[in-house]
Amino acid sequence: MSTLTKTPGADSDDMSTRAITSGPGAGLTGYGTYEKRPFNVGRWFRATGWRHLVGVVMIVFSCFPLLFVLSSSLNPKGTLTGSNALFSAIGLDSYARILSSPDIPYTDWFVNTLIIAGITALATVFLGALAAYSFSRMRFTGRRVGLVSIVIIQMFPQLLAVVAIFLLMSSIGDWFPALGLNTRIGLIMVYLGGALGVNTYLMYGFFNTIPASIDEAAKIDGASHARIFFTIILRLAAPILAVVALLSFIATINEFVVASVILIDPENQTLAVGLTKLVSNPRYADWSAFSAGAVMAALPVMAVFLFLQKYIVGGLTAGSVK
Amino acid sequence: MSTMTSNVGVDAGEPTPEKPSKRQRQAGHIADLASAGIKVLLVKIIALGILDALALTAIFILVGQREWLVTAIVVIATGLINWIYLGRRRLPAKYLTPGVIFLLIFQVFVLGYTAYIGFTNYGTGHNGTKDQAVSALMSSALERVEDSPTFAVTVLEQGDTLNLLVTDPDGAVRVGNAETPLHAVDNAQMDGGKAVGLDGYSTLSFQEILAQSDAITALAVPESEDPNDGALRTPDGSSGYLYVSNLEYDEAAGTMTDTRTDTVYTDDGSGAFTSADGEQLMPGWQVVVGADNFVRALTDESIRGPLVYVTIWTFVFALVSVATTFFLGLFLAIVFNDMRMRGRKFYRVLMILPYAFPSFLSALVWAGMMNESFGFINQVLLGGAAVPWLTDPTLAKVSILIVNLWLGFPYMFLVCTGALQSIPEELQEAATVDGAKPWAVFRLIKLPLLLVSLAPLLIASFAFNFNNFNLIYMLTNGGPRDSSAPIPVGHTDILISMVYKVAFTGQTRDYGLASAFTIIIFIVVAIISIISFRKTKALEELN
Repeated sequence: MSTLTKTPGADSDDMSTRAITSGPGAGLTGYGTYEKRPFNVGRWFRATGWRHLVGVVMIVFSCFPLLFVLSSSLNPKGTLTGSNALFSAIGLDSYARILSSPDIPYTDWFVNTLIIAGITALATVFLGALAAYSFSRMRFTGRRVGLVSIVIIQMFPQLLAVVAIFLLMSSIGDWFPALGLNTRIGLIMVYLGGALGVNTYLMYGFFNTIPASIDEAAKIDGASHARIFFTIILRLAAPILAVVALLSFIATINEFVVASVILIDPENQTLAVGLTKLVSNPRYADWSAFSAGAVMAALPVMAVFLFLQKYIVGGLTAGSVK
Repeated sequence: MSTMTSNVGVDAGEPTPEKPSKRQRQAGHIADLASAGIKVLLVKIIALGILDALALTAIFILVGQREWLVTAIVVIATGLINWIYLGRRRLPAKYLTPGVIFLLIFQVFVLGYTAYIGFTNYGTGHNGTKDQAVSALMSSALERVEDSPTFAVTVLEQGDTLNLLVTDPDGAVRVGNAETPLHAVDNAQMDGGKAVGLDGYSTLSFQEILAQSDAITALAVPESEDPNDGALRTPDGSSGYLYVSNLEYDEAAGTMTDTRTDTVYTDDGSGAFTSADGEQLMPGWQVVVGADNFVRALTDESIRGPLVYVTIWTFVFALVSVATTFFLGLFLAIVFNDMRMRGRKFYRVLMILPYAFPSFLSALVWAGMMNESFGFINQVLLGGAAVPWLTDPTLAKVSILIVNLWLGFPYMFLVCTGALQSIPEELQEAATVDGAKPWAVFRLIKLPLLLVSLAPLLIASFAFNFNNFNLIYMLTNGGPRDSSAPIPVGHTDILISMVYKVAFTGQTRDYGLASAFTIIIFIVVAIISIISFRKTKALEELN
């Protein structure tokens, strides 16, 4: 907990003016002079003006691809060339096109992505929290080995074993067609293979900061271990559970390799797979329709991300630093 | 990080350090029982019941398909789960089992399976058993027997499977499909000496036969279990003829003989029937080929060349990506860490937008903007220039690094800002009092402290970029393609995208070679991990 709030969560706002000489350029200014002086452009530029210049350059760099997508999504013309004149035409034609085109099952992709990412996120949190609880609150043989193996196994990302995953899922599909290739459940199961990884670690660290005396008090009052877990630990750890769920949700939305191998029929695919295939040849692709799809896919993710930005970055840092 | 880990030992849930006595344990159980509500018990019983029912269904299906090994695994796993959850003890196992099951199947098992595939010839032309290869070869070489009698046939459907109901010239009635050889039946509905229907099957009408004519003419129903006896086919859906293969399979000797040329193809262990002069009959089957794939990857000049430059580029890409994003992020963190500056929040939100935008979309959007003939950068920013951003081997690499800088700097900016603000102010004050210049304060005090606290993040970032498949695949697809290589590989491919392309794209899919590459990556990643663990001592702090 302490790290969470201390390191990344601390926005610069809560700092006092002590941080004046924090940058290489900062010391050039009249540090420590208190009397009011007339405004001087040169001095202003050396003190903070150049920072604004850097800021503007960086904003142009970071925003212009996003503006480009937005502009081409509003462009009724379909091609990549037609999208080059930014905001030359405004219309919602391409949104209508991608939502209604019989060749592009965009709504299916959207729903699939939400279902797959949502269930994966919830299940990841649940499985990870169960494991983290046992690692944090119980002492048993193999505990240290278990923790270390989780760290080591997560060094090998699942996508490396994509060939084996494909072959495994195709045999599972021969026996149980409902769980094999081309099914959402199958893909979710594969993703859950990675549930005990960095997430467990993140939650383990957080659970350790919840005082054990709370558990003990509950135990004395007659609560069982399951009750302590569900009604005390999970509630107290709600912030980290939200972070893990969100990180897992975003990671699943972005996942391409495993999804592209397991989901075969177009109407079963996710946004990542479907939209990638849609523009595999940018020259002939309906670029505006793709942009419209991209905007619709990105807006919810970006909104949630910016809204919870502090906590997410906190979680990322805590997890890796741990 | 040290605060968190040191906390762990002190105040984490350490119920009782010494082993509880028997009496204490009994008391604990009684207390547990008394406290566990009936609701919990009910949920547990229902969940276990559902699981056992599913497992039982699975076992029936698996036994039906004669998958004994998998059946045994399911039985053992189900037994183990019941044993864990029905007992009163084994508390940690109760919490660990759900996650561990998925971990074992989809993480540990697939790693082992990858290693196994790396030692086989699995891939296009070698993706089944020897029996499947034999029957595929036999049926592909079928030729109509010249004096074949005419059999009256009726096409039947059962589920999605097409069957032939055959009335022999002597009046015997048999049925079979592509998998099941013809066998006698005695309850067929007859119509003027010809069998026309069978219970449990539906007879196809003339229109249905026309609609599926391709599938029906391709259907070959084996005459018997011995593939040398030939198969029955029907060109029109009403009369059938006996077809015999040009190939003759001698199971005892393990040879295939072409009856037209008398060439003998033997099973020489390479996973296909091979003639004396090296000609192979395809399809073959899957066999263990030992270290062949590794030998090929490391000694075959045309594969080793790409493997070497792909490996080098993977390291360069990961290192340069970490370095550029980190230094830009750090620079920005310093620039915007000045309290006198106004509008820092505004800049900050707009600068982290690239991080919030789903990364697979970013790569696709950049690919569009960098398109040589139609992209925004060439057409608008450079006024119609034809800079080959993504199609020139060197420039494509630069483009990838630029895009990755765009994707990655906001994260580094955020974590650097956090780390910078957590450095105690006293250090800086002390240094300033001692007369240190701001640059010296930064270089000698802040940077080392930052690197210490951010080192694990930088390693994680390196590991992430090492396998940053999405960026490469969606921006350049590894291209431009290296036309001199026999495998589909390009100048900007990193190891993981090369594995994907060898396994899943191109004319021939070579799962064996791809898995061998994967194992090589595993070894590289393992070495890096060991070194980085040694350096950060991350594991030693675990308690």
